[in-house]
Amino acid sequence: MVSGKGIIGLKYLGKDDIEQIVETAFSMRDISKRSVKKVPTLRGKTVINLFFESSTRTKTSFEIAAKRLSADVVNFSYASSSTSKGETTIDTAKNIEAMNPDVFIIRHASSGIMELLSRHLKTPIISAGDGTNEHPTQGLLDIMTIRDEKKRIDGLKVVVAGDIYHSRVARSDIYGMGKLGAKVYFFSPPTMITEDYASLGARVTYDAQEAFTDADVIIMLRIQLERQATGLFPSTREYAKVFGLNEQRLKLAKPDVIVMHPGPINRGLELSSGVADNKEHSRVLKQVENGVSIRMSAIYHTIGEGHEYTDN
Amino acid sequence: MKSVIMDSTAIERALKRIAHEIIEKHTSVPVSLIGIRTAGVFIASRLAEYIGQFGQIPVQTAILDITLYRDDAAKGAGRAIVRATEIHFPVDNAFIILVDDVLFTGRTVRAAMDAVIDLGRPKVIQLAVLVDRGHRELPIKADYTGKNIPTTDDDQIKVVLTESGSKEDAVYLMRKGD
Repeated sequence: MVSGKGIIGLKYLGKDDIEQIVETAFSMRDISKRSVKKVPTLRGKTVINLFFESSTRTKTSFEIAAKRLSADVVNFSYASSSTSKGETTIDTAKNIEAMNPDVFIIRHASSGIMELLSRHLKTPIISAGDGTNEHPTQGLLDIMTIRDEKKRIDGLKVVVAGDIYHSRVARSDIYGMGKLGAKVYFFSPPTMITEDYASLGARVTYDAQEAFTDADVIIMLRIQLERQATGLFPSTREYAKVFGLNEQRLKLAKPDVIVMHPGPINRGLELSSGVADNKEHSRVLKQVENGVSIRMSAIYHTIGEGHEYTDN
Repeated sequence: MKSVIMDSTAIERALKRIAHEIIEKHTSVPVSLIGIRTAGVFIASRLAEYIGQFGQIPVQTAILDITLYRDDAAKGAGRAIVRATEIHFPVDNAFIILVDDVLFTGRTVRAAMDAVIDLGRPKVIQLAVLVDRGHRELPIKADYTGKNIPTTDDDQIKVVLTESGSKEDAVYLMRKGD
């Protein structure tokens, strides 16, 4: 299990670990709906939010999650850190570790840094995203949101669409949902994916028809506008037309399809406003709500002692 | 050594007596029985049925999971499975009876009281248990007890009920050695 080891990527979690974290998150969600939104479980534990890359919503979500479990949260962000004074990431983390925290929540721009840090730190790490590698709690909350709606993951057609190459969400989604038996499609412009992604277990397609037809779940990824300058796509209008999700394209999917997005949304680019605000299909805000529950569960399972990773 | 302390007839008789006591002693309605997972939940629903049969007083049941309120939670977190708490009525001003199978150290009941109080301010919280085996570590006492069983510290009491898949209801005392 993840206790004492942390969650640095869904690549390292087994099916049972993922199911247990998601299952616990459903129980945690009830706490957030009460008038006293707090349980005493992690009283006296210290959670460090160590963000080397700016983030508001993920950091807030982790902070709320930790506080609802009665842990003390300390936020440490890049702007105020000494990395700007030339300290290495490992040194920064070790310095904070000397203050005896119980878990690190880390976000960093470098892919793979969680593996490096976990070799140097004794304190468990929950990754809040590393570069273009993984964003495991987003993957878990996506799984939770689908489970909530469809009661299963196995056999569902899940389309992840957009800038796959730069997306840590896409990678966590394929690792997690793949282990749970979903049929995952990556739909992307050829400039934003490589052939290698098929080896993760996803079917790669450049054809909207093939991607969206009979989909149970569509996860649209954020297109970073600055990528246009690097020539990955000719224009935002063309992107929206060829690769975006609009009401017409949504009709290709199953009638009970749900649409998700890790946020923030570029309205009119990857997702039309009509789809984003469609109460019947859009689960974007549900994802945000579930995010807190998943992070409560992740922190709860991580703080503890003595189990090993299952690597499969 | 494993001996039967209560058989199914004794359990039924004890629970029916508790139901009568609750009918007699309750100070307001509805009577809200909150079963502590897992066995407490089954006992609460049996009590609710008996109370309904004998007393014709309104009774409601709910389910409480105390995992997150345990005083050893921070040590053992990550191992215990958290299940849902299902209390679908307002706790404010309610007449609540916590229901559990065995009363031992009292720590479970302490956790359950904290959990309930986080949901509101009940008028009364009482406690009903099938077995009281002594060895309290907190100042807690049951209002309704099925049977008092004298035990030593390392004895174990095992309650098996048909709801959890066993053929017959029974309470066992497991004693180390001989």
